[in-house]
Amino acid sequence: MSAKTLTINGKPVSAREDETILDAARDAGVVMPTLCHLDGLTDIGACRMCLVEVTGINKLLPACTTRVAEGMEVRTDTEQLRKYRRMTVELLFAERNHVCAGCVANNHCELQDVGIAVGMDHVRYDYLFPKHDVDLTHTQFGMDQNRCILCQRCVRVCDEIEGAHTWDVLGRGVKARVITDLNQPWGESLSCTSCGKCVMACPTGAIFKLGSTVEESVKDRSKLAFLKNARDKKQWVM
Amino acid sequence: MTPEELDRTREREQAADANFEHHVHVCVGTACEALGSEAIAKNIESELKAAGRDGKIKVRCVGCPGLCALGPLVEVEAKDKPADEPATLYQYVKPEDAKEIAASIGGAPATRLQADTRQPFFTRQTKIVLENCGRIDPERIEDYIAADGFQALEKALFEMEPQEVIDEISKSGLRGRGGAGFPTGLKWATVAKSNSPAVSRVPDDILARKFVICNGDEGDPGAFMDRSTMEGDPFRIIEGMLLAGYAVGAGKGYVYVRAEYPLAVKRLRSAIRQAQRGGMLGANIMGSGFNFDIDVRLGAGAFVCGEETSLIASIEGGRGTPRPRPPFPAESGLWGCPTLINNVETMANIAPIIRRGAAWFAGIGTEKSKGTKVFALTGQVNNTGLIEVPMGISLREIVFDIGGGLPEGRSFKAVQTGGPSGGCIPAQYLDMKVDYESLAQVGSIMGSGGMIVMDDQTDMVEIARFFMEFCMEESCGKCVPCRVGTAQMHGLLTRISEGKATQAHLDTLTELCDMVRRTSLCGLGQSAPNPVLSTLRYFKSEYESKLVKDGQHER
Ligand SMILES: Cc1cc2nc3c(=O)[nH]c(=O)nc-3n(C[C@H](O)[C@H](O)[C@H](O)COP(=O)(O)O)c2cc1C
Ligand code: SF4
Ligand code: SF4
Ligand code: SF4
Ligand code: FES
Ligand code: FES
Repeated sequence: MSAKTLTINGKPVSAREDETILDAARDAGVVMPTLCHLDGLTDIGACRMCLVEVTGINKLLPACTTRVAEGMEVRTDTEQLRKYRRMTVELLFAERNHVCAGCVANNHCELQDVGIAVGMDHVRYDYLFPKHDVDLTHTQFGMDQNRCILCQRCVRVCDEIEGAHTWDVLGRGVKARVITDLNQPWGESLSCTSCGKCVMACPTGAIFKLGSTVEESVKDRSKLAFLKNARDKKQWVM
Repeated sequence: MTPEELDRTREREQAADANFEHHVHVCVGTACEALGSEAIAKNIESELKAAGRDGKIKVRCVGCPGLCALGPLVEVEAKDKPADEPATLYQYVKPEDAKEIAASIGGAPATRLQADTRQPFFTRQTKIVLENCGRIDPERIEDYIAADGFQALEKALFEMEPQEVIDEISKSGLRGRGGAGFPTGLKWATVAKSNSPAVSRVPDDILARKFVICNGDEGDPGAFMDRSTMEGDPFRIIEGMLLAGYAVGAGKGYVYVRAEYPLAVKRLRSAIRQAQRGGMLGANIMGSGFNFDIDVRLGAGAFVCGEETSLIASIEGGRGTPRPRPPFPAESGLWGCPTLINNVETMANIAPIIRRGAAWFAGIGTEKSKGTKVFALTGQVNNTGLIEVPMGISLREIVFDIGGGLPEGRSFKAVQTGGPSGGCIPAQYLDMKVDYESLAQVGSIMGSGGMIVMDDQTDMVEIARFFMEFCMEESCGKCVPCRVGTAQMHGLLTRISEGKATQAHLDTLTELCDMVRRTSLCGLGQSAPNPVLSTLRYFKSEYESKLVKDGQHER
């Protein structure tokens, strides 16, 4: 496999040809906010947090799904990108009911982290205040639609790593939401193995472990990448 | 069917047609059929039989000739009619009018029902895509063959290399009619050059390692160009796909049609069956050794499923949501194989180009936009319906000549093209040429062919709000800017409409337009702000007049 050299924010970086701009940026220590990306899962380019500018290309490209190329000049931190990122996070906060103070994920929520990272100090949009339910039918886990940002990490982890495909998306536009099985209560799902991977994968407090306090619901996401790597490369030791 | 058999069928059909003194064409397109036009055809036939004239007069059910608003339409054409004379056309025909029409054939026309065929609506059009619509029976392959059908296929299979077919399409200057206007020849060349994946994921046909898809999703509200083509001349689409398959080296094609078009689906299926029986689809086509087959796939009527990656996901059996490109379908499409995807109207242009040559096609239109474009003309004009005009015609000619101008007492304000992805063009650009570049320059797009004429009473903020509502409801919900951004923009537009917005709200709206356009994943989100941006550009005062001063608005 051949290597490519490119520049990120002016800094020369080398990367394997099958790597994405995001991989290359991380290797080079460039911090980029992401939400729908999770190491070990197929990228879908949905949250648009990782958009970058590439010289000579008119469109903004998602770093998580764009492969590196020789001589590519990438910018991750322009005025324009910073502005769009902040607007994206504000749109997410306005979309559902993110009342952080009452959330199990408070202080270890990726949405919160990203909000801080992009310097969001207020939301300029009208809150949509949709009416959403909480599903507490599962014996071990709970699901609160109010905190969901539709990143589909639960959908992908359950399908790609656990192989159960319990989660999927129902509906379109702002009415879209994730469901278990054929829109049944999670507790009645026949496909769920109660493995807990979706709990680990969820970036917010949307999917959580029942009975755990805020302090306990810290998520360990490295296990997913470990599993993926172990299966792909047949390396089962850490 | 071998080439000799094709020739024989054509000659036989043409000779049979020549035996009739008169031809009666009864439109059985969706609009006319809904008003009972099949009964009209039956009644005319039985009247003629009763009078013993059925040997001399042929009654034929045909596809939509375009003037649906006047339907059901019946056309009577005498064999010896001079070519530049229009045929007699009857409008608003009812089944009980059959007797009167039947009796009038050969004598004086039934003036009570007659439509004026000398108006520019009929004389100013140039028909390529729709040349057979309204002339042939879409459910008979022999009718298509009699109209020179499959001659292009024969020519390509026996006289041209695949590369020559691609070169011919490139030289013709044809560009995609699905919206973006991408050069068709270039797309074909890319698919032809792409390698199929080493390990096939293809479930139904291991040999088909490249695919051709014809996009008949047609989700723009008010557009029905592709529907009419599929209903009125389905064999033309089959021939176009066959030529595409031969050129790019594909073995299998899919026509993706929305399920809301039952008549189009029925006619396509019947056409595919007839073509298979006639040996024009399947193995060893016309004895040339070329194999190609076509299947119909139904969409559930989501606008976003017209977007190519979404459409592919839908054919694969998944949820119809777009994915980031690259890789483009030409490289990795259906089941990971190189896939050519073209719009219905694009496909309908292929056979005539191969049959009549690239130079003929390139002679029509402007420097960068060749050929014709079909538009669905609606809104405040006298003649609404389907029109096919050469590229480069002016908007004024379309609206005021072909469209017959606005109804009494109304004056022109703007024309909207491109549907929810397009924009409104004000009166100062009426003399602009209609082609891809000019439309883009004034902030609209060619789009797939919707054209809505608006009068002075139209509220432009309301128009923008209408289209935003459409985009909001049709957003697939995958990416944040489109999913939430359209909802926010819709909220802001509603606020402005209702007089509850300040300048700050308008600024937020403008800022969101830019952000959603630049950051959305697919074309739906990227173009969703267009109707707002174009109305803001030309009719900003309408927005401003609805604003209230800060502190005076309700929250
Ligand atoms: C939201 C969206 C909807 C679309 N709908 C259609 C459609 O209904 N029909 C169509 O032919 N192309 C549609 N397109 C364009 C297709 O993605 C694709 O570009 C086209 O089918 C290519 O064919 P062409 O090159 O012949 O134009 C749509 C694109 C977007 C982004
Ligand atoms: S617990 Fe495991 S199996 Fe159940 S939904 Fe979550 S990821 Fe899927
Ligand atoms: S539940 Fe969590 S992981 Fe699943 S889509 Fe919502 S935010 Fe993402
Ligand atoms: S732009 Fe809209 S339709 Fe396209 S992927 Fe994003 S949410 Fe879906
Ligand atoms: S992390 Fe790349 S789009 Fe979400
Ligand atoms: S359907 Fe008959 S004229 Fe259009």
